[in-house]
Amino acid sequence: MIAHYLPYLKLLLKGVCVLSFIAVSAMFLIWLERKVSAKVQNRLGPMITGPHGSLQSIADTVKLLLKENIVPSGADRLTWWLAPFFVTVPPVTAFLCMPFGPTFIVRDLNVGILFICSITSICVLGIFMAGWGSNNKYSLLGGMRSAAQIISYEVPLLLSALVVIMEAGTLSMQGIVHAQEPCWFFLKPNLFVAFVIYLISATAEVNRVPFDIPEAESELVAGYHTEYSGMKFAMFFVAEYTNLFIISAVAASLFLGGWLGPIRPSAGWFLLKAYVVIAFLMWIRWTLPRVRMDQMMSFAWKVLTPVALLNVLVTGWLLVAKG
Amino acid sequence: MMEYEELIINMGPQHPSTHGVLYLELKLDGEVVLDCRPNIGYLHRSIEKIAENRSFVQFMPFTDRLDYLASMNNNLGLCLTVEKLMNIAVSPRAQYLRVIIAELNRIASHLFAVSTFAQDLGAFATPLFYALRDREKIIQIFDHICGQRLTYNYMRVGGVSGDLPAGVDALIKEYIPYQRKMLDEFETLLTGNVIFCARSKNIGVLSKETAIKYGVTGPNLRASGYKWDLRKDEPYLVYDKFDFDIPTGENGDSWDRYIVRIREIRESLKIIEQALGGLPEGDPVAKVNKVFRPNGETYMCTENPRGELGFYIVGDGNIFPYRLKIRAPSFSNLSVLSAMVKGLNISDTVCALGSLDIVMGEIDR
Repeated sequence: MIAHYLPYLKLLLKGVCVLSFIAVSAMFLIWLERKVSAKVQNRLGPMITGPHGSLQSIADTVKLLLKENIVPSGADRLTWWLAPFFVTVPPVTAFLCMPFGPTFIVRDLNVGILFICSITSICVLGIFMAGWGSNNKYSLLGGMRSAAQIISYEVPLLLSALVVIMEAGTLSMQGIVHAQEPCWFFLKPNLFVAFVIYLISATAEVNRVPFDIPEAESELVAGYHTEYSGMKFAMFFVAEYTNLFIISAVAASLFLGGWLGPIRPSAGWFLLKAYVVIAFLMWIRWTLPRVRMDQMMSFAWKVLTPVALLNVLVTGWLLVAKG
Repeated sequence: MMEYEELIINMGPQHPSTHGVLYLELKLDGEVVLDCRPNIGYLHRSIEKIAENRSFVQFMPFTDRLDYLASMNNNLGLCLTVEKLMNIAVSPRAQYLRVIIAELNRIASHLFAVSTFAQDLGAFATPLFYALRDREKIIQIFDHICGQRLTYNYMRVGGVSGDLPAGVDALIKEYIPYQRKMLDEFETLLTGNVIFCARSKNIGVLSKETAIKYGVTGPNLRASGYKWDLRKDEPYLVYDKFDFDIPTGENGDSWDRYIVRIREIRESLKIIEQALGGLPEGDPVAKVNKVFRPNGETYMCTENPRGELGFYIVGDGNIFPYRLKIRAPSFSNLSVLSAMVKGLNISDTVCALGSLDIVMGEIDR
């Protein structure tokens, strides 16, 4: 009887592992970002709570949990309440087919990469709902900007992933990692172009500098989550950092060889590569100014998308030539 | 039929990038600004009225609160006006000291201006922290000189309140090369940055004619290509003894206003270097009567970091002035904003406002 349920139990355990990993990882990333920004800006960052402020995120979480739940007057209550869930749940779901190791994956779907890309783009709904439901003009502008931005950058993002799929010949995340056993993908010229396109559009997907237009602090106060406070705000925050981890982890799996590494443990290699990408994105964030809405849109449609399309074409030719 | 509606946004008085308590009433079509109306008055403290019930010595600390990022320059403006009205001679050492102090404060103010401008463009906090780190050095020098970090109350009619303490000239000498190096570093972060240029070039263009029509002065006027600097054109103190350039821009866009400020910092460093080298001996402390009974009227303006700061004093033989009018540069500079931003979008409005570098303290007075 138990033997019958064992596979399910195993699956459940893996799920619990992944979920707790997400929570810890988001908290760690928030702390890391504060430390990285402090380093960039000649400050110390959090230092009081725990050694080098390492418990700061936990203290913040406790504070946010205890805060009063404020609903702005005139808010569209249902949309307002649902928005944080629409933002938080999809990135968590995307971990379903994240290849941490050769066997360490919850479910190796045969459409893995497609699943991750499509499930994470549900976030835009939540962001737009938050912008609409808040009954705040800044939030509305932020939500509209976000919808335009994320939908635009989805195109080059998927086109760059398409190159990887063509090269690997499979949609499964594990299959893509295995295909990189002879040579990590970003070392090939056409895939390196795809890698750069992927990084740029992924930065836009998660609303980070220089594409932090939806929450442009100096223009829109905090954009779509201006009116959120307490744990609902924390959910937006956790979603943001979970998304950051996902785009970096996907970048690591698609281009940097995922869990492949000279020595075990393979999950360590996977995390190391993901965190290198994260550190790179953080460095960018604290250095660059923000682009303008129309500049960003024209960059997506006039530069990134054509280049990505051309890259698909070239990759096709190369594959045909190779036979 | 699609319904069409203009969106009215109240930007401020509590907003991250309105530099204090400015309230902009924006009428938007989507994100394009159709109309922009700055509403002021949230920081009004009746400083001009207070002046009518204070002697000049008592009023000096109030000038600190005008343009609080350039308090020394405000002190200087009032001192020079009263000295002109009362025909008071100032010792050479005091004049040189005033130049050094005023230029140091100009650097501090410009550092703040360019870094908050970068902040408005979304370069989140990094340029700001770099600039504040360097500004801290100036503030420490001021702290040694007068014991204050922001509101100095250092200058006196007829001189200054005290000579340089021992060791401070060495601090200033150390500071000059340091700031040159750090300014180079600061510029690598912004000046040639593709995104920064794309965001600020040809944004918020202010033509020479419009600038003059609205009474825009200071770096904003010079960025529009008009070479007008009171330190050169109507020299006061000992500015005519120093060799320095007046940087000007070409297009009058936000980027020009940024780069003019950066270049002015370099010119100010040149002035400080020369003034420190030629600092005459003597007693800079004011040796004049503390009570004045001005009769008649006078106007005097000085080149503040933000433009021409003018004091107009009418005296009727009493120890209090009959009327004291302040011509605040930021006030005129802000007035041009609505002409600048029509047709731009919100992001560019923030950019244009940031590049004008206003301080609400002197707009509301």
